Amino acid sequence: MTVAPLLRVEDLHLHFRTAAGPVRAVDGVYLEVGRGRTVAVLGESGCGKTSLARAILRLLPRNVAHYSGRVLLDGEDLMVLPEERFRQEVRWARLSLVPQAAMNSLNPVLRVGDQVAEPLWLHGRVRRPEEARDHVVEALRRVGVPPEFADRYPFELSGGMRQRVAIAMALVLRPQLVVLDEPTSALDVLTQANLLNLLKTLRWELGTSFLLITHDLATASELADDVALMYAGQIVEFGPLDRFLTGPMHPYAQALRASVVSLREERAPQPLPGRPPSLLNPPAGCRFAARCPARFDPCGQAPPLVPVEGGRRVMCWLYAQEATRAR
Amino acid sequence: MRGDPLLAARGLATWYELRRWGFLHQGWVRAVDGVSFQLAEGEAVAVVGESGCGKSTLAKTLLGLVRPLRGEVWFEGRRLGGADDWRWYRRRVGYVQQDPYGALPPFMSVRRILEEPLVVNGVSSPSKRRARVVEALEAVQLVPPEEFLPRFPHMLSGGQQQRLVVARATLLGPRLLVADEPVSMLDASVRAEVLQLLRSLQQSHRLSVVYITHDLSTVRHFCERVLVMYAGKLVEQAQVTDLLREPKHPYTQALLAAIPDPDPENARRLRPVPPGEPPSLVRPPEGCRFHPRCPAAIPGVCDRREPPDFEVGAGHVAACWLYEGARTVTAAPAVEGGGSP
Repeated sequence: MTVAPLLRVEDLHLHFRTAAGPVRAVDGVYLEVGRGRTVAVLGESGCGKTSLARAILRLLPRNVAHYSGRVLLDGEDLMVLPEERFRQEVRWARLSLVPQAAMNSLNPVLRVGDQVAEPLWLHGRVRRPEEARDHVVEALRRVGVPPEFADRYPFELSGGMRQRVAIAMALVLRPQLVVLDEPTSALDVLTQANLLNLLKTLRWELGTSFLLITHDLATASELADDVALMYAGQIVEFGPLDRFLTGPMHPYAQALRASVVSLREERAPQPLPGRPPSLLNPPAGCRFAARCPARFDPCGQAPPLVPVEGGRRVMCWLYAQEATRAR
Repeated sequence: MRGDPLLAARGLATWYELRRWGFLHQGWVRAVDGVSFQLAEGEAVAVVGESGCGKSTLAKTLLGLVRPLRGEVWFEGRRLGGADDWRWYRRRVGYVQQDPYGALPPFMSVRRILEEPLVVNGVSSPSKRRARVVEALEAVQLVPPEEFLPRFPHMLSGGQQQRLVVARATLLGPRLLVADEPVSMLDASVRAEVLQLLRSLQQSHRLSVVYITHDLSTVRHFCERVLVMYAGKLVEQAQVTDLLREPKHPYTQALLAAIPDPDPENARRLRPVPPGEPPSLVRPPEGCRFHPRCPAAIPGVCDRREPPDFEVGAGHVAACWLYEGARTVTAAPAVEGGGSP
């Protein structure tokens, strides 16, 4: 790629300290988000996808054992910024988050409008309440919330509306990149479709990039240009979504694709046997090897990240062999 | 439909009373409001609807956990009237809960969890109990059983926990299984596994299954028939394939159009979604409950008169005025024929 991507994550590690030892939730992640593009981080629960989001946003709990790597936003390494500068210049302003179960993340004792205005005040974008009010009305209108809702409290709004307010808050300073952590998983089918429609429109109108964290392939296909498939703390396959859907490469990607229960596909879903390894003590070699139908000798060693044509990457010995043979 | 119905509900209504200060009557929440359907022996039926449409209350009513305010439930040709009937009935129904971890006592081993229902139901011989427990574990593929017997719920994966819940629900040999969102808490890769297990138990034991779900995409391979529920009422009933190919009720059509499949085209188009939100169940709209959101609503009809069930195809029923002229279905006619003498 010649143009530098908006976000580039290199060799990111985030390990948590627990009584049983360090949990390697994020363990050597490489990832890119192009300008105006949306990348879906797809993975089963416990694979470390929410930890990855937190590592990128520097929203860390107290029990961090190890945190290293590079997170480049527009070429600037966020990991080395002092906390104070990160808070003032990056968080909310250039990089924001819609947290998991965002509808319950709103402060119950603050009016909706005041919460949406908070980033504006904190970053000194407004000086007078009337100014803030204009911004808030505009932000709410953009996400399809009637302006009069600004004076209501979160409990007076439905789940879908609260989710929209959380999105309005994340977008109010017009950041370049918004991380959406499972934005639709707790919602009903119709509300879900509505919200995905909204996110699509926002993408088209504002050109914002999204990093979408999800466990659901269908949701990913609604919004994403690229897919990063995560397994046991690592990105095992990365590439354009349409290629991923039609021809998944990593054996885990293939198994996951076949296990999806879908409405219109004729074939019956194939369950994926076994369970992911513990992140306390992940296996030394390929982490999927124990469940992999295509396992062979080299899988005892950690597999390399192999670049494949079409901007794809896959962490699997099957393709490493082919790549060397082709050369 | 195959043979006599195992279960038949006729005009079932379960309302919750709203009270102020615990005693002043404020109104009713009409969670289930006039639901009629039948379930044949060995048949799996999905009840599909959004949250708040009353599908969990319907499940609780079918489990005998809440007593309906009006309407009748018939089981094996016997009308469930008094407490004795319900007690008799409850022994023949198994319950698969939504959250497997919440449904399993954390301080009991797998062995105790499975032995408990046997003890309660008077299987006093320990060797007999053990044989039944081992058999149940094998049936849900928690093998080898010896390895699982001493474990506690937190030592099992989500899929294994849900299989244990299924084992417990089927332990006493029920005729009917009520599964309330059995896979919504599980990972995508595990969903297919649990659904296939339920399906194979249903077929090998000739179990009937009521499968409550908000997710239409899971019904295709695991059920024979679908009931679509909206605001306390059934709006459409049909065989799975008919419903997916030719949904008749505008609500069903909207629901189907909103469900994504993995398809790269999705990102380039918006999905049609009806405006508004489901109505309050305390004061539901007059006439058809979907009319305020319905793109095909007929003024003067849909907002005035409640639509009866119209027969729009073989075994396909829709409660919608668009199909006026089709034969109406009187509530559960087979009960008279297959019911008590």
